[in-house]
Amino acid sequence: MSQFLEISGLNARIDADGQEKQILRGVDLSIPPGEVHVIMGPNGSGKSTLSYVLAGREDYEVTSGSVLFQGQDLLAMEPEERAAAGLFLAFQSPVELPGVNNANFLRTAVNAVRRARGQEELDAVAFLKLAREAAKTLSMAPDMLKRNVNVGFSGGEKKRNEVLQMTLLQPTFAILDETDSGLDVDALRVVAEGVNRLRAPTFSALVITHHQKLLDYLVPDRIHVMAKGRIILSGGPELARQIDQEGYTKFLSEAA
Amino acid sequence: MPAATETREAVEKLGQSTYKWGFETDIEMDLAPKGLNEEIIRLISSRKEEPEWMLEWRLAAFRTWQSMEDPKWAKVSYPPIDYQDVHYYAAPRTKPGPKSLDEVDPALLKTYEKLGIPLHEQALLAGVEPAEGERLPVAVDAVFDSVSVATTFRKTLAEAGVIFCPISEAVREHPELVRRYLGTVVPAGDNFFAALNSAVFTDGSFVYVPKGVRCPMELSTYFRINARNTGQFERTLIVVEEGASVSYLEGCTAPMRDENQLHAAVVELVAMDDASIKYSTVQNWYPGDEEGRGGIYNFVTKRGACRGARSKISWTQVETGSAITWKYPSCILQGEGSVGEFYSVAVTNNCQQADTGTKMIHLGRNTRSTIIAKTISAGRSDSTYRGLVRVQPKASGARNFTQCDSLLIGDRCGAHTVPYIECRNMAARVEHEATTSKISEDQLFYCRQRGLSEEDAVGLIVNGFCRDVLKELPMEFAVEAQKLLQISLEGSVG
Repeated sequence: MSQFLEISGLNARIDADGQEKQILRGVDLSIPPGEVHVIMGPNGSGKSTLSYVLAGREDYEVTSGSVLFQGQDLLAMEPEERAAAGLFLAFQSPVELPGVNNANFLRTAVNAVRRARGQEELDAVAFLKLAREAAKTLSMAPDMLKRNVNVGFSGGEKKRNEVLQMTLLQPTFAILDETDSGLDVDALRVVAEGVNRLRAPTFSALVITHHQKLLDYLVPDRIHVMAKGRIILSGGPELARQIDQEGYTKFLSEAA
Repeated sequence: MPAATETREAVEKLGQSTYKWGFETDIEMDLAPKGLNEEIIRLISSRKEEPEWMLEWRLAAFRTWQSMEDPKWAKVSYPPIDYQDVHYYAAPRTKPGPKSLDEVDPALLKTYEKLGIPLHEQALLAGVEPAEGERLPVAVDAVFDSVSVATTFRKTLAEAGVIFCPISEAVREHPELVRRYLGTVVPAGDNFFAALNSAVFTDGSFVYVPKGVRCPMELSTYFRINARNTGQFERTLIVVEEGASVSYLEGCTAPMRDENQLHAAVVELVAMDDASIKYSTVQNWYPGDEEGRGGIYNFVTKRGACRGARSKISWTQVETGSAITWKYPSCILQGEGSVGEFYSVAVTNNCQQADTGTKMIHLGRNTRSTIIAKTISAGRSDSTYRGLVRVQPKASGARNFTQCDSLLIGDRCGAHTVPYIECRNMAARVEHEATTSKISEDQLFYCRQRGLSEEDAVGLIVNGFCRDVLKELPMEFAVEAQKLLQISLEGSVG
């Protein structure tokens, strides 16, 4: 059966200060439709790079391997085409856009994606209604839609804003890159609920995290451990709890 | 519609040619021979049927100009201009004198239609408010090369007591007003280009708003250069009496040509007690091609005098065109408590050069000025903000706030900020802030991950950067300006 997302033998490197640095060294990963998978792993193991490569960031050069997304060659697509195809990346550090109104940004993005998907664009009134409802569900202050994109937002507000964008863009595949880092328990629950509301037989997610806490709310299907640019171990939800208690060291030495 | 969508659509419509105003109008012209001398000045003066004092004023300016040299202090470079190789007068061959719209050459009307400038008045019926979304009526003075070809809504304005007419007509019909104010803000010998303009100016607008009158509609002048090898020397004078106010906008375009053309304008504003003038410019002269061939040399002197107490002059400019821009709209803050403002967006792409900024001269007590200058450079272009804030000894309590932000796109362009601050009063407060930033890969990738194309992402980020200035423009023009920004930067990324 053809998988929802199929990553095979993915190698990627980055040009850092004139020196080429290999970061992904043969990543193999399959995610079936409707499942939430988690990637854990020590710092520097390539987790964020994997999310950037999947989303199409140009700084990274894919040297070999392939990624099939719902049967399409994901690596051949522009970042905005991937977004239109249903891929969403919640950034670890959301970017500030000075002078750009948050509601205007969201509506421009939503309509760009709707246009690409052959759906009708939303007018200002319809969009604002939708956005206000979504913001309320995420316990966001109403003025966040009026403020400039992520400018002067607290860490927690930025993460909520990412989840708001995800809610409005209706992706079929969401990557959450440490969206839980630096969040208090309440914010953590809001993020998890945001993902859970999207859960459907046609929606999958890849969640990068260090903490068991988020997984208590998310209930993942599979856990993968990444180290030195590869997936070294995969298992059920119990694997995350084991890591939480024992750390990575044991798994790393076993894999070596 | 969000800005980015609108700009994207505007860009798509344009297809390959970025400068859509680059067409030429084929019309029979009355052209003065090339060259600059007293004879040519006499010719211009007689074509305009000017009184003797006007001719004398021109000739005095010409003699002053002859003793002057091109200013060299701006950060722009261009080959020496041969002032004898230019036509100083070019006019469509039509009947002279005041004319109604019916008499205007259809070829000209068509030109303005193509440019999107409304020269028809049917939109305004007495007492009928335009439906929502419809253009509010704007009175337009259309200047084609050296002459004004039409001025709309003159009757409506006259009923309110407002004079809005070509300056050549004002010289004939309202000599006492023109004589009282012309050259009092920008003296004929102020600088090289102002002296040149004073000698050979051909047309521009004259606005007079009497005491206590709020001008009932936006006024605008649309300048079009069409003829080859001609210079355009516009002269605009706006006088607003006690307690009166006006909002005025100018726009400019020219055909695409390989040779450079000269535009040297002088604009003078006078505001009396409690008067207010809002002067907005959307400058879109042909900027030359990607290799830097052709384009307008734009050497402009713009200055406003806040003569009365609590008067206010506000300059807003969006500068996207011209091969070279040399322009410093300024305020002389003479009246006690008067206010000067300067909001500017200057965009340069390809090989364009811009040296632009402002001067705020604080003479009176408790005078205030605000300067917000946004500079965007792309391609191989070079852009400089040059500004002077001067506080004279008597200007106690004067305040100035200046903010200069530069945005660089790509790695072959330059942005420079040259602020001059001269403070001669200890009780004044002067603040200056400046930033330089690049559109980061992070910002572009963030937008694209959300589904925006690269062009839309740049448009969104640039419009965000300029927001503080764009919000000062009259609403209709703010939308135009946003489109223009995106078009000017087309192809600057990637």
